[in-house]
Amino acid sequence: MYKPEAENIIIVKDLVKKFGSFVANDHLSFEVKKGEIFGFLGANGAGKTTAIKILCGLSYPTSGHLMVGGFDIYREREKIKRNIGYMSQKFSLYDDLTVFENIRFYAGIYGLRRNVIEERSRDLMEKLDMKDARDKLIRDIPLGWKQKMAFSVAIIHNPKIVFLDEPTGGVDPVTRRQFWDMIFEASHEGITVFVTTHYMDEAEYCDRVSIMVDGKIAALDTPEKLKKDYGAGSMNEVFLKLARVKVN
Amino acid sequence: MSAIQVEHISKNFAHAKALDDISFNVSKGELFGFIGPDGAGKTTLFRILTTLLLPDTGKALVNGLDVVKDYRKIRQDIGYMPGKFSLYSDLSVEENLNFYATVFGTTVSENYDLIRDIYAQIEPFKKRKAGKLSGGMKQKLALSCALIHKPSVLILDEPTTGVDAVSRLEFWDMLKRLKNSGITILVATPYMDEAGLCDQVALIQDGKLMTISSPSEVIKTYPWKLYSVKSDDIFRMLNDLRMFPGIHSVFAFGQAAHISFKNEGIEENAIHRYLENKGHTGILVSPAVANIEDCFMELMIK
Repeated sequence: MYKPEAENIIIVKDLVKKFGSFVANDHLSFEVKKGEIFGFLGANGAGKTTAIKILCGLSYPTSGHLMVGGFDIYREREKIKRNIGYMSQKFSLYDDLTVFENIRFYAGIYGLRRNVIEERSRDLMEKLDMKDARDKLIRDIPLGWKQKMAFSVAIIHNPKIVFLDEPTGGVDPVTRRQFWDMIFEASHEGITVFVTTHYMDEAEYCDRVSIMVDGKIAALDTPEKLKKDYGAGSMNEVFLKLARVKVN
Repeated sequence: MSAIQVEHISKNFAHAKALDDISFNVSKGELFGFIGPDGAGKTTLFRILTTLLLPDTGKALVNGLDVVKDYRKIRQDIGYMPGKFSLYSDLSVEENLNFYATVFGTTVSENYDLIRDIYAQIEPFKKRKAGKLSGGMKQKLALSCALIHKPSVLILDEPTTGVDAVSRLEFWDMLKRLKNSGITILVATPYMDEAGLCDQVALIQDGKLMTISSPSEVIKTYPWKLYSVKSDDIFRMLNDLRMFPGIHSVFAFGQAAHISFKNEGIEENAIHRYLENKGHTGILVSPAVANIEDCFMELMIK
């Protein structure tokens, strides 16, 4: 839920990231509110991944002031990493470990205690209706299950923010929606969701959406407002109007 | 004669049934779309048609030639763009194109007309190594290479996966132009919104064809009464609607939900009242026309 009065869980001010002479992020400034679903859109090569890596504490900006979950991006990267979850299209689950082993591994990395891990994985198996799959290798379970697993594992330590980088590529439309049910639920429980996608209908599930073009934020607002401002019937049209100028 | 004729093809792998009794025809000059998620069997089917994999049972003909017996001739006739980028990363754009032309015993200049529109967009980068190209440029180079021997049938396996909405639109414009030049095109995609751009679509899930028809026909076959519903709290609304007595399906579509009833008698104001009683605000209920995604999901849950 987007609440204007909620605290800023992510603050980005004048973020610049250069690779040699190439400017990947060109003075980005925005805030994300606690508990909202924030859509981070842009064409391929617009600079999304670069920005996400910085927000997750995996890469330093060239310049700019950034706070994530109340921590400074330059001085408190380890604290940031403890307080965020991350999931990408290339699921970070281990194919040759079982479902339970993957849960135990990730929960262990975040320092969860053994009895907590047992309990959470039991709840998780129940919630995902995967009890029979507990001891199956990840490589042997369907793509849709893997995806739900990957998301659940990304929030197993109850982070403040979860970053989802194109989480729904390639799955069937029913699974894609079940996945968004999980996102809505996480958001209702107060986890802030920062998500990128190429499915423009998914952009409409977000509380607010930013659209990056050539390293800059070209628009940022609620889907409703963006559609109104650009005289568009859907987010797809908004996106095409903004991003079309750039042809690669 | 059909450009592609497939009769009762099945294929099993050690742990999975990849294709289950698949039959269909593609007419000459048609743009035919295979729509389905990852793991549906699209790639397996395309590998059989491109003579890279043998079917367990069944028969497939490309331009009247058998994919098993006449595989050499078929390879001369078709252009194939695999789902995974498969050009040589350490060769330049130009070198890749020349390489493919040479392999097929032709030259780039001989068939340049066919690829002009597409190749012109990446020509400024022709000295760049293919591995250093952006996703959109790789896709254009792969398409140029698949076309350079002037194939009569073009087979494209998920050319637009992971590609942004703008590049996808441009790619489909290119396909339309190629179709107009007479090439038969078979294309696979997980994006339901691309179905409407095909002459014929086959919806595929778990190795089975669920339906084959023109996109407009597919939509006409949607069987239930469908409504679009909105409220201020979509998450709670979805959950509440699932509890609505007599409901058949509830699926999120952007900022609205599409809901269907088998019972024709349920009216808009009944839905409105139900949500109001659950404390919803900003409620909007209107009749909706099914799209391909509605149809796909209906076929999936059937």
